[in-house]
Amino acid sequence: MYAYDEIDRTLINERVSEFRDQVKRRLTGELTEDEFKMLRLQNGVYLQLHAYMFRVAIPYGTLSSKQLRRLAHVARRYDRGYGHFTTRQNIQFNWIKLAELPDALADLAEVSIHAMQTSGNNTRNVTSDQWAGVVPGEVEDPRIWSEVLRQYTTLHPEFSFLPRKFKFAITAHPHDRAAIKIHDIGLRLHKNEQGETGFEVMVGGGLGRTPFIAKTIRPFVHGRDLLSYVEAIMRVYNRYGRRDNIYKARIKILVHELGIEKFGAEVEEEWQQIRDGSLRLDDETIEDIRSRFSYPTYEKLPHMPEELRKAAHDPLFERWRRNAVFPHKATGYSIVTISLKPVGGPPGDATADQMDALADLADKYSFGEIRVGHEQNLALPHVARRDLPELWKALDAIGLATPNVNLVSDIIACPGLDYCSLANARSIPIAQELTRRFANHDTASLIGRLHINISGCINACGHHHVGHIGILGVEKNGEEFYQITIGGRADEKAELGVLIGPAVPYGEVADVIEDIVEAYLALRAAPDELFVDTVKRLGVEPFRERVYATR
Amino acid sequence: MTSPLEQKKIKITQPSVVTANRTWDGAVIYRTATGRWSTELNEAAVVRVADEARALLAESAADDLGAVGAYIAPVEIGEGGDIAPGNLRETIRATGVTISLPAQEPAQV
Repeated sequence: MYAYDEIDRTLINERVSEFRDQVKRRLTGELTEDEFKMLRLQNGVYLQLHAYMFRVAIPYGTLSSKQLRRLAHVARRYDRGYGHFTTRQNIQFNWIKLAELPDALADLAEVSIHAMQTSGNNTRNVTSDQWAGVVPGEVEDPRIWSEVLRQYTTLHPEFSFLPRKFKFAITAHPHDRAAIKIHDIGLRLHKNEQGETGFEVMVGGGLGRTPFIAKTIRPFVHGRDLLSYVEAIMRVYNRYGRRDNIYKARIKILVHELGIEKFGAEVEEEWQQIRDGSLRLDDETIEDIRSRFSYPTYEKLPHMPEELRKAAHDPLFERWRRNAVFPHKATGYSIVTISLKPVGGPPGDATADQMDALADLADKYSFGEIRVGHEQNLALPHVARRDLPELWKALDAIGLATPNVNLVSDIIACPGLDYCSLANARSIPIAQELTRRFANHDTASLIGRLHINISGCINACGHHHVGHIGILGVEKNGEEFYQITIGGRADEKAELGVLIGPAVPYGEVADVIEDIVEAYLALRAAPDELFVDTVKRLGVEPFRERVYATR
Repeated sequence: MTSPLEQKKIKITQPSVVTANRTWDGAVIYRTATGRWSTELNEAAVVRVADEARALLAESAADDLGAVGAYIAPVEIGEGGDIAPGNLRETIRATGVTISLPAQEPAQV
């Protein structure tokens, strides 16, 4: 966990006071909506179909049990008893009243949570690997650098009015769980030949109307130069990024139109002017930030304790363990992923009661810490393996032990037309139907790893472009239709999916997905060939034939 | 959301109403014939030609304190005169999400 200092706490509290005054002036007519809109957006407040939506940042996906309880409190006191975890390590509340928002923000500020820059044309919440600091094989904890960036980007005067929103993601592991290649700037922490720690810097990734995979602009930037290099990139973007056309304003368009070489040359020229200036990070600063992260003191525990050996006889426990429990850097401990994808439930939603109960379980079994992943699941990062059987029972009792992590029913979905004012079509009911179709665990296990991503419009909040199967809602003559892509992926081998054919109506989507999955089972070279690898080997044509031959 | 700015060229192909979100809580509201806002679609003023729609929208948008993002939305008029939403988006706004809210229904595990 990272402990905020007095500067952070003052900043957050002052922000609450400012926003309270702004809301008061809006509600008395002193501010028009045109004047107020930018102010509310800078505090994560959108207006959606039914109500205001409040987006709260969970920097690099790390939460304390105290913070999770406070989120539960906000869900219960100010909303309708639940929250929605998003693909960018935020949580959204869908039914907040503007008049009550300052109180909600004040309640969150007491536990160092805020909503600054969760919207608007500025740098958004810095995201990272939800297993940061605990997964084996990591170069170092990427959250230290995420926190460096969080401090640097928060209320940065030069970058508070960018051409468009700007998103960072960082990983320090060879397997990318943070989807860094679909971010404006993706950072891969690694060591160079001299053993120095630095970053491969990627730029210009993003989804939406014009999707791009990020390109490497510099294979190694030393840690001490991170801020100056990032600033150079953002200055070039701020100078040349388009402000005349919202659809062409993201940095990905600038990188694409200039080309990575020319863009890189501009950045290099800028960087040479500032790299040895005040942004150069000294060891003391980095160590100060590092020292504010606290880590548990792990016990010396066996890898296979007696409790686990006994529980292995229970097939339901074993099913969950094989699916949700992952290796930890400390012997005798595991990382436990908590699926927020129950059969028939909305992906990523958790009730206030579930959040409170999970906070208690985090205190009991995970040193009071919870993580939030971009796949819209949660994790307990430090669970002693001897406690796994008890934890499983407790999770099962609150509906959080669905054994479907990374399987076909572990679906990423945006809120879609049920909530969102931008959406053309619903996402959640499609996801719910698919989880019912693939509810049989044996079938899902036979299928293996398969990520379905659903977006209700081209803005792609459900990351459909990089789903192994992507589903995009569109509107045709007032009816909901869905385009299907296959072969996308968001990991270190990130690729955009390929459209398989004409959009299909709402009522046929689940059938089409079943057809695609059946085709995969028939076509795969071996049981361990993943869906996405079969598509890579064969292309989309066999799947297209299967789907459209009878339609 | 379709903003009034985007609706400068107003074409009316079916009966329509003006709808917005209430400023203090964001609730869905409809402009009535008496120049007020109501949360009931059945109390909305129905317009059938572009000039009427433009006038109703202008009057509605002028109430910046009471409502946010006023725009013209299609409706259907039933035999008894009941007003029904004219598309799925407006149906969802009028009647709520098409799914059970998580806190109201235990998840099936």
